[in-house]
Order: sequence, then C-alpha cells, then structure tokens
Amino acid sequence: MAGGAQGSGVDTAANIFGKACGYGGLYVFGRREYHSNIKGLHSYFHLRISPKEILANVNDVDLLAAFDAETAVRHINEVVPEGGIIIDSQQMNTKVLNIPTLPPEFKAELTKFMKENNVGETLNDWLNHAKQKNVHVFPVPYMNLLNQIGAKLGIEKISKITRMINILTIGVSFALFKYDRRLAEKAVRATFSAKPKIVEMNVLALNHAYDYAEEHFKNTFKHRLEKTEVNEERLFLTGNQAVAMGKVLGGCRVQTYYPITPAADESEYLEAHQIMKTSRGEDEAIVVIQTEDEIAAVNSASGAALAGARAATSTSGPGFSLMAEGLSWAGNNEVPLVITYYQRGAPATGLPTRNGQADLRFAMHAGHGEFPRIILASGDIQECFYDAAKVFNLAEKYQTPVIHLLDKAMANCSQTYPVFDYGKFKIDRGEILTEKELEGKEYKRFRFTETGVSPRVVLGAKNGVHWYTGDEHNEIGHISEEPLNRRLMVEKRMRKLELVKKEVPVEDKLKFYGDTDSENIVVSWGSPKGAIIESLEKLKQEGFNIGFMQVRLIHPLPTEEVKKALEGKKRIIDVEDNFSGQLGGIIKEQTGIAPNYHVLKYTGRPMTTTEVHEALKAILTDKASEREVLMFGS
Amino acid sequence: MGLKPSDFRVPQVYADWCPGCGDFGIMNGLQMAFAELGLEPHQIVMVSGIGCSGKEAHNVKAYGVHTLHGRTLPFAMGIKVANPNLEVLAIGGDGDGLGIGAGHFVNAGRRNLDMTYIIHNNGVYGLTKGQASPTLRLGIQTKSLPKPNINEAVNSIGLAIISGFTFAARSYAYDVRHLKDIIKQAIQHKGLAFIDCLQPCPTYNNVTTKAWYAGEDRKDANGKPQSRLYKLEETGFDPNVREWSEDFKKKMAAMDKAREWGDRIPIGVFYKNELEPTFQQRISSRIPFYMDRPPAKQKLGDENGFATLDLAEFMEDLKTS
Repeated sequence: MAGGAQGSGVDTAANIFGKACGYGGLYVFGRREYHSNIKGLHSYFHLRISPKEILANVNDVDLLAAFDAETAVRHINEVVPEGGIIIDSQQMNTKVLNIPTLPPEFKAELTKFMKENNVGETLNDWLNHAKQKNVHVFPVPYMNLLNQIGAKLGIEKISKITRMINILTIGVSFALFKYDRRLAEKAVRATFSAKPKIVEMNVLALNHAYDYAEEHFKNTFKHRLEKTEVNEERLFLTGNQAVAMGKVLGGCRVQTYYPITPAADESEYLEAHQIMKTSRGEDEAIVVIQTEDEIAAVNSASGAALAGARAATSTSGPGFSLMAEGLSWAGNNEVPLVITYYQRGAPATGLPTRNGQADLRFAMHAGHGEFPRIILASGDIQECFYDAAKVFNLAEKYQTPVIHLLDKAMANCSQTYPVFDYGKFKIDRGEILTEKELEGKEYKRFRFTETGVSPRVVLGAKNGVHWYTGDEHNEIGHISEEPLNRRLMVEKRMRKLELVKKEVPVEDKLKFYGDTDSENIVVSWGSPKGAIIESLEKLKQEGFNIGFMQVRLIHPLPTEEVKKALEGKKRIIDVEDNFSGQLGGIIKEQTGIAPNYHVLKYTGRPMTTTEVHEALKAILTDKASEREVLMFGS
Repeated sequence: MGLKPSDFRVPQVYADWCPGCGDFGIMNGLQMAFAELGLEPHQIVMVSGIGCSGKEAHNVKAYGVHTLHGRTLPFAMGIKVANPNLEVLAIGGDGDGLGIGAGHFVNAGRRNLDMTYIIHNNGVYGLTKGQASPTLRLGIQTKSLPKPNINEAVNSIGLAIISGFTFAARSYAYDVRHLKDIIKQAIQHKGLAFIDCLQPCPTYNNVTTKAWYAGEDRKDANGKPQSRLYKLEETGFDPNVREWSEDFKKKMAAMDKAREWGDRIPIGVFYKNELEPTFQQRISSRIPFYMDRPPAKQKLGDENGFATLDLAEFMEDLKTS
C-alpha cells in the first residue's frame, strides 16, 4: 500500500508499481481511495499482487509505503506481523494529534487508541508500538536522498524534485521485495515516455533508492515478489478505461457528459482516443461533448440517438438526478439511449469520491411515469468492458433507455486481465428501415406491433418523416389524448420488457458461482462480486458449502430464474454496499422470496475478501446476526 | 420543380392555437421559408420545447421532435452533432428558452452550432394560463397576473450577442413576409442564428397586443396608427461583421439597438458574424472526416455484423506484457 497527501504522486507510484509487477507476469488488483480534494488530504492505493488471478482486496498490508505521517497513522494497524512500514525518517518526531489534516472525529478515535494501548504522542511511539507486533520499520531519509540525486543531476533547488519522493518509495519497496529492478525501470519509462528528461530523472531516483535500501535494510523483510513467465498478453486497467473501450467497440459515436466523479475519467479517456481505426484500416471517430449540465448531457445524447448515432452519457448520482426528466422523455419516445451510471457514496453530495450501491432503486424508478428501461449491472472490470458494448445492442434492439449500472469501486480499481478477446462481438442495431424500404409507404414511427417494437427510421431519412413528442402520441408521433390510443400505446411500450426478459441471454441475466446446490446462497450485484467469489473459495477449503448468484439484469428482473435459484434455500445472504439491502428488497417484491441475512456496507469503502469471508463464515456457523455491517477501510 | 409552402402542411393535425395566435404566422413563415430555400421535409428537423410554441413542430411537415420544457437546444445540439448535414431548427417559447432553459441558451452561444433558434416572444406562459415570462417588463400586469410583474425582463437579443450567437435578429409574427425573410437568412447563416419573434398572445397578453404593436393607441393627425415597429434595414443599419476589427463596434451598435423598446421597437438583423468558426468546423479540425462520416453515418459492423473497431491502439497503453 502506498499513501500520502493528495497531489504527492500516490497514483503515479501505484500505477508504476502495478505495471512493474505486471511486466513480471504477476496479477495485480489495485484499489484507489482519495478525498474530494485537490491537494493535501490523505489518499492511498492498495495493491494486491499474486502469480494467480486476484479479484478483490484484503485487509492485510504487507508493506506500507507512507509518504507522510498521516498515512502511517491511518494504516499502521493494517500491517501484518513481519510486514513493513517505509517512512520518512524526518517524520519520526511528528506529534500525531498535531497532523493538521486529521478531522476531529478521527482524532478522537486516535486518542482512544493511544489511551487503550498506551501509545505515546509521536509517530516514533506509534512505530515502536507496531514493532512490538513484529512489524519492521524502514526509515528513509528522503531529503538526504533527494539532495544526493539533485547533486548528480546538477539541480540545486531540491524543491524542484520533491515530487520524486513517490519514485523513491517505489525503489525502496522493490528492493525490500527483492524484485527485479529492471522491471521497475521499464514501468517508469513507460509511464513518463512522453517526457524523456523526466524519465531519466526518475530512473536515477529509482535506482538510487533501490541501492540505498539494499545497503541499509539487509534481509530484515521476508516478503518477496518474484517474476514468473507468462505466455499471454495482459492488460492492467481501470473500470473507467474498460467502459470507454467497450463503448467504442459497441459503436458509441457520440458521448456527452458533465464533469463528475467518478465518471468523468471515462469521457476524458474517450476524447483522448477520439480517432480510432477499424479492422479494415479506416478511421472512425467519437465526438465527445462536455455539456453545460447533465440535463443537456442526457437530452443531447437522446437527440444524437434519434439522428442515428449510437449515443451515451456517463454520470454519477447527482448528475443522474438531473437526468430524470430526460430519461422519462426517452422512455416515452422509445429512444435507444445509453446512460452509464457510476454510483458513489450518496445521498446528496455524499461521499463524492467513495463507493456506494445505494442508487439501485433510484435507477429503477427515476423519471415520472411508467416506461420500460433496462438496467444491466456489471460486477467486475471485464464485465464493464463487454457490457459497455452490449448495452448499445439492447438499447437499439428494444428501442428504450438502458442504464449500465456501475460503481466507484469498479471505476477506479485497477486489475490485470488477459487481453480482451472482443473479435466475436456483434453489432445488432435492431429494426431500422432504410430509405429504399420506405419508398411509397406510409411510415408510422410508433406502429402498434405484437412485440411492442416498431421499426425505426433515423432523422433525415427520405420518405420517413415522422414526429416525436413528450406528450402521449399516436402511431405517427402526434399528440393524442384519446383513451384507447393511450391504452394501446402504454401497453405497446411496456410489452417490450417481456421481450427483454425472454431474449436476453442467460449469462447476461444471472451468473452463478460456487456450490449452488447447497442450502446456502449469496445474492449480490456489482463490485462486491470479487470479494464474494474469493470468500467462497476460502469457505470451500474450510468445508462450507455455499453458492453465489450474481444478478446482472436487474430490470426487468428475471423473476423465474431467480425464484428457481432461491427456492428452498436455508440461508439466503444478501450482500450489498448500501443500508437497506435494495436488491434483496427487489427480489422479495418480485419473487416473494426474501433474503434472511444481510451483509451490508455503507462506509464508502469497497468490501474486502477478508471481511466478507468473516461475515459469511459467521452466518454459516449461526454466530451472526441477520444484519452484518462491514466497516473495514480508511 | 420545387415544393410549395402548402407542401409543408400537416393535414392530419389540427393546429389548436387560439384564433388569432401569432403562432400561425410563424408556422406560415417557416413553411414559406422552407419552400423558397428549396428544402425537402426530410432534410429538416424541427426541435421544439414545451408550451404553445412546442406545437410548431407538429404543424410543419418535416421531422419534428417536440421535447421537454427548456431543453430544445440540447436536443437540437445532439441531432446536429450526430448528423451535421441536417437542417436543424430549434423552436421555443420565451419561458422555455430564457427562463428554464437560459443556461442552455448561453452555452449554445459558446458553441456556435450551424443551426437556427426561434423564440416565440409574447411575455406570458400561455399554456399554463398567462403567468409572467422572462421577457415581460417590470411593473407590467397582464390580465391573469394577480399583481404587476416584480421581475425585470431579459434582453433576449443582447443576451444572444454576448453569449456568442453569431446572428441575432427580431421579427414579428404578423409580418409573415418579413419573418420568412429573416428565417431564410437565419438558416443560410453559417453559425448559430437567433430570432426573437414578437408573437402577441391574444388570450393572455392584453398589454403588448397586435393593436399595441400596430400603434392603434397613437394615431397621427390623420387618424393613422403609428406602428411601434420599424425595420432596421430601412434605417441603413449594417449588422454585418466583415472583419474582426469591427466586431466590437458592431456588437455595441447591436446592443444599443437591442435596448430600444416602447414607442420604437426595431425588427430586422441586429448582428451577423460568419468569421467565427462553427462547432462543425471546430470538430472537423480534430476529426478531418467528420462532415463526410459524422457519428450517425459511421458503419459499425461488417457484413456479418461483427464489430469492426480495432482496439489495438487503446490496449497498447494498457498492456503489461
């Protein structure tokens, strides 16, 4: 784990570290935590590294690279026995309660801890306390090292290179892990490839720190990172990046957005890669528009979709709140609109940079009136990629808004995957009539059909002039308040949901893991998936039988399949990042089967395998309450 | 053989505006302008908002998108960006564009999309029975207001100019020929064109009525009404910006004219600048093939439906082995 003040290069350090591990054939899972702040407040990146695939974080920290005193204080108790803490030796006398960025409610917790454990007021006292638990402390004189590096580079003003403290911690970390420094160097070069001067400075700093640690911390640290041979290509990417790639694969050619955490990174990534190549060697492009607000974002995306482009907007809770009216219009007008919805800690501004899954019911019900919508929820970064492409097929096939429901944990976590095999992805644009097909015919945009889907014509097509309106309308799209037309039109729209239920492939509705024949089953959706699957593996080794049903198609809920999976189970355990167990409630409403246990978390930090495993084990051994609330994470 | 204005009528729809409503004039102006420009219905998209003005989209034979209150411009932007070859007109009321949608109005100016925006300016929210709209002046009490208006009016022409609209004009719903000419100029203008169309509401605005504009309350010695409206083009006013150096001066002159109200109300073109790059040009500077293959025209799958996009370049940056 690397942590420090925001703006001090924590992200860069973690990405370099993760990349370097990837070069060595290792799998990496990285969790990024940060405050809603530009500079100064605490942020950290927790990387888990293994030769085997990793799906989630755990509570334990083997090595903590603290750029500042606050990081050490916040995470010291997560460091395992025989683990290590890298700390700036100049910080040793810092009085913990004087760290200016600590909020009063957290200071109160620290004071309590100090009293109960008889720990003194300086950071040194805290580190000594950790040492009693066999934690190794590695003090590094960062300023001295920077002075030495400055001298080598001929830079007098050390303030110009203090930013490289993050690189120093990487050098020290890899030396402690006895990891091949050439891979670290490669990662530094790849990260700063656009700036040759910076590359050389950072490579020098990396090696200087590596040498320092080799010389001063001989053989005290037992943990090792060893490279392995792999013969496949792999990616290390975030959910935001996966969604962006999935979108353009799925044919998204207009993306609108208003800046909001944690969605905006996706749009910026798309804009940076605006011009793309096709397999035929032609150029294609996506137009990314930063609008004046989310109202403009959703409605201009609808406009673009009516004109025949695959169009999407990307947002989080506060932005989606503003989109509600536009969503209702799109539902009424059967617009193939895609909304990528990254949930974060809510309500209101909530925890703008933290995780949450409390918007499920909002996504289901936002917008006035009744209209069909599809909600597809991804559970990991790979699903983010494929689903981001699939949602466009759903939107156009059923001509209705689709919400791709995600969360901050997936948006900002980074994970290693084998290169995505997307060659088999098919574009299905649904029924679109061409100018030729329209010739000599009277076209009705909202023709009553058996399935509820009426063949579409994009704006501008010859012979296809038609109308859209937010009012209730007749088949050609003009305003109509006639009761019979109204009834038929409502039924036509709503009928499409039955078609969705029937046609969506099983794997996009539900996914099953573990022992689904046992009497115990976990139900969940979204980012808890990784921690649940890892917990199930552990539980299996411990002799417990338990399965897991991941719900992907949340609306329309595949009620028959859900019922079948849950009927007769002794323990149905609902795991979600919210207070009220929203998915559990929806399942109860729609199937009559209610979960009897809830494992919930609403601290804004994603679930770890450690805590999910503990909670599930307690439930399986009848030692838990019906409602377990998880708390891990700073 | 070109189309006639009557070819742009929609026989299936009964135009349900009040008798004598200015919206009929605007409808006629639009149909005449389209015919004279040689446009065909399928080439045009009329995007409207909520209110009586919203129904214009249903009463003209062209693609019609009757949207949400205040959101006319965002919908129109999405359509135009996806397919810049469409002739897009945004049509809205004064409350729609300058009240609930004022944020979009200002930001549309920043983009200068090549399209036309017409506001029906009558000072009231007609469809909700006559509340004050953002263009009603301070102290005016139209007939359904319980008290005189407590807010000052927005200067729509002035706001358009400082927001970056590159064409700003005013016309009058009862002078259909003038309106038709202004609409034609607006459509032909290369950039975002704004038309403030004075459109008396015969039912709820009993102050700035057709008779008031015609000056029936101020007759000359011979008993002839002295119209309050006068045409800028007849005064020698030159709105055209031919080089950037004269832009500020032209804007100030237009702003000065935009302040006139009361006994003398200018109609005509206040400001016109085609030097400013349109949004389409700005996008084209990043995406050279944008106009030929805009988002709505890109082919997404091959003959078997497989996605044709190659993600190699995206993935290259993310590879770790």
